[in-house]
Amino acid sequence: MRRLDIDTGLVDRARRAASLIADSTQPIINAYTTTSIERTVLRLLGLSGVDENDVPLPNIIVEQAQAAGLLGDGIAYWIGSAMLHEGLSLSQVAAGLSSGKLSFHRIPRADHDTVRHVIQHEATRVCSYIKARRLEREGLIAGSNSTAPPYLYVIVATGNIYEDVIQATAAAKCGADIIAVIRSTGQSLLDYVPHGPTTEGFGGTYATQTNFRIMREALDVASKECGRYIRLVNYCSGLCMPEIAAIGALERLDMMLNDAMYGILFRDINMQRTFIDQHFSRMINAYAGVIINTGEDNYLTTADAYEEAHTVLASQFINESLALRSGLRPEQIGLGHAYEMDPDIPDGFLYELAQAEMARIIFPNAPLKYMPPTKHMTGNIFKGHLMDAMFNLAGVISGQTIQLLGVLTEHVHTPHLQDRYLSIENAKYIMNNARHLRQEITYKKDGIMEKRANEVLAKATSMLEQVAEIGLMSAIEKAMFASIKRERTGGRGLDGVITKNKGYYNPFPEIFMHELTSSDFSPVLWANQLEGEGRGGGCK
Amino acid sequence: MDIDKTRVRPYGDTPDDGYMQLSFTLPVPCSDESRRAAEILGEKMGLEDAKVVYSHNIADSFSFFVIYGRCIHSVDMTTIEIPKVNAEFMPFEQINRFIETRIGRKIVVVAACTGTDAHTVGIDAIINMKGYRGEYGLERYPWFTAYNLGSQVRNEDLLAKAIEVDADAILVSQVVTQKNVHIDNLTHLAELVEAEGMRDKVLLIVGGPRISHELAVELGYDAGFGPGTLPSHVGSFIAQALARSARNMREPTRGENLC
Repeated sequence: MRRLDIDTGLVDRARRAASLIADSTQPIINAYTTTSIERTVLRLLGLSGVDENDVPLPNIIVEQAQAAGLLGDGIAYWIGSAMLHEGLSLSQVAAGLSSGKLSFHRIPRADHDTVRHVIQHEATRVCSYIKARRLEREGLIAGSNSTAPPYLYVIVATGNIYEDVIQATAAAKCGADIIAVIRSTGQSLLDYVPHGPTTEGFGGTYATQTNFRIMREALDVASKECGRYIRLVNYCSGLCMPEIAAIGALERLDMMLNDAMYGILFRDINMQRTFIDQHFSRMINAYAGVIINTGEDNYLTTADAYEEAHTVLASQFINESLALRSGLRPEQIGLGHAYEMDPDIPDGFLYELAQAEMARIIFPNAPLKYMPPTKHMTGNIFKGHLMDAMFNLAGVISGQTIQLLGVLTEHVHTPHLQDRYLSIENAKYIMNNARHLRQEITYKKDGIMEKRANEVLAKATSMLEQVAEIGLMSAIEKAMFASIKRERTGGRGLDGVITKNKGYYNPFPEIFMHELTSSDFSPVLWANQLEGEGRGGGCK
Repeated sequence: MDIDKTRVRPYGDTPDDGYMQLSFTLPVPCSDESRRAAEILGEKMGLEDAKVVYSHNIADSFSFFVIYGRCIHSVDMTTIEIPKVNAEFMPFEQINRFIETRIGRKIVVVAACTGTDAHTVGIDAIINMKGYRGEYGLERYPWFTAYNLGSQVRNEDLLAKAIEVDADAILVSQVVTQKNVHIDNLTHLAELVEAEGMRDKVLLIVGGPRISHELAVELGYDAGFGPGTLPSHVGSFIAQALARSARNMREPTRGENLC
């Protein structure tokens, strides 16, 4: 059915430009590794735990290798060398290194092929486990019911994982499909992943492997009770992007917030570090069958949502292009956008709907992630509830996949139990009531909406072509994204960017990409929808 | 309507009827007993005739209530005193003219979102060129030099920057906090400024959704700005406070180009 006429010539041009932009990051991705990638290798090889000062063992060992100037060979190479030289198992080597009984200075270089043989064996084993967890998810999805999209996504953020479990379970029983545990606000800048269950956080709960497990287990119980698979989301961003991807893969997280540029722009993390990390983290996510969620909504939290709409679209194209290079399927790339226009703009709903339809048309296979109003929420909970309702209407009409539900108390506090209940009730009412409206309407030729969509597309295309001309990193240096200027060698985490030596070894990209590029790789992400299945009924 | 300011009560549709609504959740399943419990709670809070008008289960073990009742309490408003930011709010042009004539040099401000807080929404609205709600931020003011250090800035670094650029004012934003961590963080900054012997030399200003001027003053700040604050509010306060202070007496920097 004809919806909005979008200039497909412009879409092609924008995609070509985005592809060139993604290419411009490839040389640094090829030439460097990072401390976080090397720690991820250790985590994937089975190393977790902390020392008596709560320092994670992967950090201890990678820091030792970095200090010894050996990290350019890849931590896997040196762990393998140590295993061969000492005749020890991987965990014995790790214990020896972290306790100081072994030292990188005393490990002789082993033959590369022999090391590869030893490490490959360990790596293959963990990859089989991750794949088994993916298949486990697919089994659970296949055995469950599903309503039609948009899927209802809510956040929990108490700071205490056990309290989060209570809130998340209640939300699932009210009808939420997807639960995100918001991270403690400082975590993106920690250069390590905290350990164990945590009960104190700021504006959220620390992402730790144990917390992931606790919540996944609780949601598995809730899934069974609700008869549908409840998805768990966390944040694969910040200085530990790939490590979080790894622990998420091991603990069967279903979605990850994972944006290629968010850390650079909004957290002042070094851009080289970020581009290198995002590439590997996305490979892990792809292999684990995770749906990534990109963070384009952030462009609109300070900038005007009407004026800067094209920056969202431009970023979506770039995120898509970079994600495809990591082996993610289009169906796994949950591009973000947001309903953030000033509610006082006349016809604002038309512009929002035009842009939501535009995103749907340009990225037909992406599980689009639609973000609710936040910037113009005031504490007037009654008006806020109405704004969320309009947002839900735009979501169901434009066929969004993931609807992050707005909460009437946005700007007041992190959601209380009843806030989430009210927001789910709001969404269920609207999405049930307007379920098939999408199939009944077409938009006026050359009307306000069609013009708006094409205007945003044209601006985004021209922006992408400008960026493509100078390369992504130069564009960020010139403050072309979000008006934020970042230097190539500025920001946090550059000291963790390491030149790869000629024999650099990381066993995982090869294993991942082998699977990801095979034609058989097609993760099952959603259950078959029961046609006609509405979202009626109240909170059970 | 003639209102007795010494005993103000909520207004539903008749003076002094006291009608109020509230909503809350009890951690028990919804039942006749829990509905009565909600009404009793309302009565204990001073609501006469508290009536549950809506109740619903949330999950298996919680219940949500909306209740209406008539508040028996009243308030004597004639005894209330609220400290207010001491400034007459001026628009963009007037602020710049005020600084030009009364201070005669550019005002330097450094701003940051400090501690663990990563939400720059507030500070960006006040400082950045683009501003907020159709008003330019202080960066756009020809008579201000503004440094926005961004998010998750350490108090020590903020202060160091203030010293480096000889700032007239330090602006701190605190948006997302939990368990009152923003209070500790703000207190820490005030102590640092004091310890550096800077307290009389710089205006300390804080803003955020949970900040009031009263709280700010209590924490040792010169002003606090809550939700809805515009760049011109902050700009007016800084300009006028500076014009009143001794710091104004310092010589304009020579060769300063104001264009």
